[in-house]
Amino acid sequence: MRNRARFLIPLVVAGLVAAACSSGGSTPPTQGSNAASAPAAGPANPNSLPRNETLYTSGTQWGPPANFNPIREWDSATGTKGLAYETLFHFDPNAGKLTPWLAESGSWTDETTYELKLRKGVTWSDKQPFTAKDVVFTFELGKMKTIPYANIWNWLKSAEAVDDQTVKFTFSKANYQEWDFNLYGRAIVPQHVWSGRSEEDVLNGVNENPVATGAYKYLSHDQDRVAWVKRDDWWGKTALGMDPKPKYIVDIVNSSNEVAMGLLLQKGLDLSNNFLPGAANLVKGNFGISTYYPEPPYMLSANTAWLVPNTTKKPLDDPAFRKALANSIDTKKIVEGVYGNLVKAANPTGLLPQWDKYIDQNVVSQNGFGYDKDKAKKLLADAGYKDRDGDGFVENKDGSKINLSLIVPSGWTDWMEAIRVIAASAKESGIAITPDFPDFNALVEKRGSGKFDLVINNERQLSNSPWTYYEYVFQLPIQKVQNTVNFGRYENKKAWDLVQKLDQVKADDVEGMKALTSQLQKIQLEEMPNIPLWYNGLWSQVSSAMWKNWPTSAAGTPKSAPAMWRNWMELGGFETITRLQPATP
Amino acid sequence: MRQYFGRKLLIYGLTFFMAVTINWMIPRFMPGDPVAGMLARARVTQPEAVEAMRAYYTNLFGFDLPIWKQYLNFWAALLHGDFGISVWVFPTPVSTVILGAVPYTLALMIPAVLLSWVVGNRLGAYAARRKLLDNSVLPIGYVLTAMPYMWLAVILAWGLGVVAGIFPVAGGYSFAMRPNWSWEFLGDLALHWTLPFASLFLVALGGWAIGMRNMIIYELESDYSNYLAALGAPQRLIRRYAFRNAVLPQITGLALQLGVLVAGALVTEIVFSYPGLGSLILKAIQNQDLFLLQGTFLFIVLGVLIANFIIDVVYVVVDPRTRAGMAGAAA
Repeated sequence: MRNRARFLIPLVVAGLVAAACSSGGSTPPTQGSNAASAPAAGPANPNSLPRNETLYTSGTQWGPPANFNPIREWDSATGTKGLAYETLFHFDPNAGKLTPWLAESGSWTDETTYELKLRKGVTWSDKQPFTAKDVVFTFELGKMKTIPYANIWNWLKSAEAVDDQTVKFTFSKANYQEWDFNLYGRAIVPQHVWSGRSEEDVLNGVNENPVATGAYKYLSHDQDRVAWVKRDDWWGKTALGMDPKPKYIVDIVNSSNEVAMGLLLQKGLDLSNNFLPGAANLVKGNFGISTYYPEPPYMLSANTAWLVPNTTKKPLDDPAFRKALANSIDTKKIVEGVYGNLVKAANPTGLLPQWDKYIDQNVVSQNGFGYDKDKAKKLLADAGYKDRDGDGFVENKDGSKINLSLIVPSGWTDWMEAIRVIAASAKESGIAITPDFPDFNALVEKRGSGKFDLVINNERQLSNSPWTYYEYVFQLPIQKVQNTVNFGRYENKKAWDLVQKLDQVKADDVEGMKALTSQLQKIQLEEMPNIPLWYNGLWSQVSSAMWKNWPTSAAGTPKSAPAMWRNWMELGGFETITRLQPATP
Repeated sequence: MRQYFGRKLLIYGLTFFMAVTINWMIPRFMPGDPVAGMLARARVTQPEAVEAMRAYYTNLFGFDLPIWKQYLNFWAALLHGDFGISVWVFPTPVSTVILGAVPYTLALMIPAVLLSWVVGNRLGAYAARRKLLDNSVLPIGYVLTAMPYMWLAVILAWGLGVVAGIFPVAGGYSFAMRPNWSWEFLGDLALHWTLPFASLFLVALGGWAIGMRNMIIYELESDYSNYLAALGAPQRLIRRYAFRNAVLPQITGLALQLGVLVAGALVTEIVFSYPGLGSLILKAIQNQDLFLLQGTFLFIVLGVLIANFIIDVVYVVVDPRTRAGMAGAAA
């Protein structure tokens, strides 16, 4: 026995040394995150957050919270914009209009001058007053070329602070729709903290301990979470009459569907904005989890999933072929089979239900499409695509074989299943489509550089105006790399002119907008540059175990969007939080 | 002795060089462009802004240099302890990201590896001499060792986490806690650690137990055991000798198994979204974060090499024949 124990000694020693290293190694990061939040330490900074005062959310953040920089709208920690930094306006998708936020009001004093009145009594979290200078400073950051909103300076001439509460914007060309988008989209940053930062700092800075105007301030963060604590001196309490009940908000970084589901079921998560396959069963199965609608489609619609054909490639450069393709897809099968009715089939124009009033029903009934195998076959035959070698698939006009590859990112299981359905239903009309699942980054590269046949995309979200959708479909000129819009490289000068005209229609001129959208819809349906498939949901599963009064379709409940997603806080996400009530008083 | 360790160290050095080079190469041959992915996530619409950002990031990460220069720069930076900046958690340095994850992985791996080895060997040795124990250890061991890590992990998470509600299903510590030196926090850490540890421990345990059982049976039937028995030595003594002989292949096995165990830990971490290196590697691959991938692999390569070296040392200590061989060679 003694001998046997002896050989274990070095092992044990090695283990102990390594364990000592590991516990020693664990000190710096944990201490580090402690130290980072230490300045705020005190009674308001407990080590353990009481469950009944904390709101747990998830579904937005895909990596560790790496920065608190509101300029980095795409990867700043959840809540950086929305909970901490605020915008001049919010947008209410139900009413279809802007609601004043940091701004008290704003109006066009003439065709190219916009005057903004700011609220009094708004303070930054370091007690400094918020003034017109901060707004001017924020917009002038856009003069740096790498700032995401740099392009507004192509049509904005100047921004000046008339007095502490008034900002005057003068435009060289008034893009009313795009301006509204910027009004509720851009987080205002404090001049007294940010002035003097270099372009590199503004774009890439981590911005620790953010100084902002919002209802919450930074508490702590770690690899897999970020925690915010309520500001008792938030201006909105008196000015807006809003008093969010959760004292703490913890946003949990997404890992997998299983984990999100497990946390929800354990009541450790209050709001999950993850896509959970089979969410319908969760709602029906009496697990204490609910969604916006108690029946299909369960979720609000957030964006449109489009099938984007590469219009520079044969035969996809032929509108007749694209039209046949549109008619050959059995969207109903995707909605029911793949999603279990969690989504809705899209209108042929692709416009979200919130934009129904901009859809010209006459144009749709004349030119619209739907799943119709025979029509697809007829369209193909009429355009000269015939099956000459009898393999069941049509060939190009010159007799060469057609085999289109349709790509979605690997691992996006619902989309992977959806494109299998598309391939199968296109086959019945004689169109050969091969589903393919490249890695996400590989897909991005192919999509941007135009090295694909067909791809599915849904990156355009609901916004203040269908203009953002038409910009997405028609934007010109085509660049070497198409990063966010017009992946199909569709060129139609007339359509793009119309889109620009639409941008210059005032937001309250609905008739003027309709006249233009109707023309755009006609072009869209005749040419099929993009094929709308279904409306992706605003995925949201909520648990009422700790917090109640979530938005639902039932009468007497809030109707705002239950979402913490990026840029959705201003579309109702924040309002949702302010209306929550503790489940047990 | 010096020659033995000299040779070993040379081999480890070469292995390290090769492994690091391969680590550097593989991510660069993956399809796709990390900067393109980064820009796509940025969702910047304006072509001028996109071009400005692309140029900026390409230069920042050094992708505009010829490939051989990138390789040389990589070694130069590495020797300065600079792993670069993460693409995924931009702009955090890779070393910070890894240091945050390493404690979790080590705290999971070291106890799982050592305890499963010790307990597994014990169990196997006992099983070899008791019919009743053998009948249960053998089938259970086979089932355990054949189980994929993630499958057992998912079963544990579901059974003990979601259904029974005893253990948390995700994270390194409770989402309500902030790291501090209190019993409450340490207890919370332990609670979150239990399930991932258990799944690693159980799978490895089965393999060691079966291996040991078979070895002991083999040793007990070998000539020296029979000879000892014929001399009238007590069973206890024979078993002790058998155990000491049987444990040697198990130590070699441990060295060989380390790589597999690391891989197992990676999957387990992903299942429990445990904030260790495994979760990092997955994310680094998904986001084409070449620098983070290089950094994590480097850590794993280093870890496995160091562990192997320790096992080499241990081998010399426990097996007198190696020492004798070395002495002979030196003479």
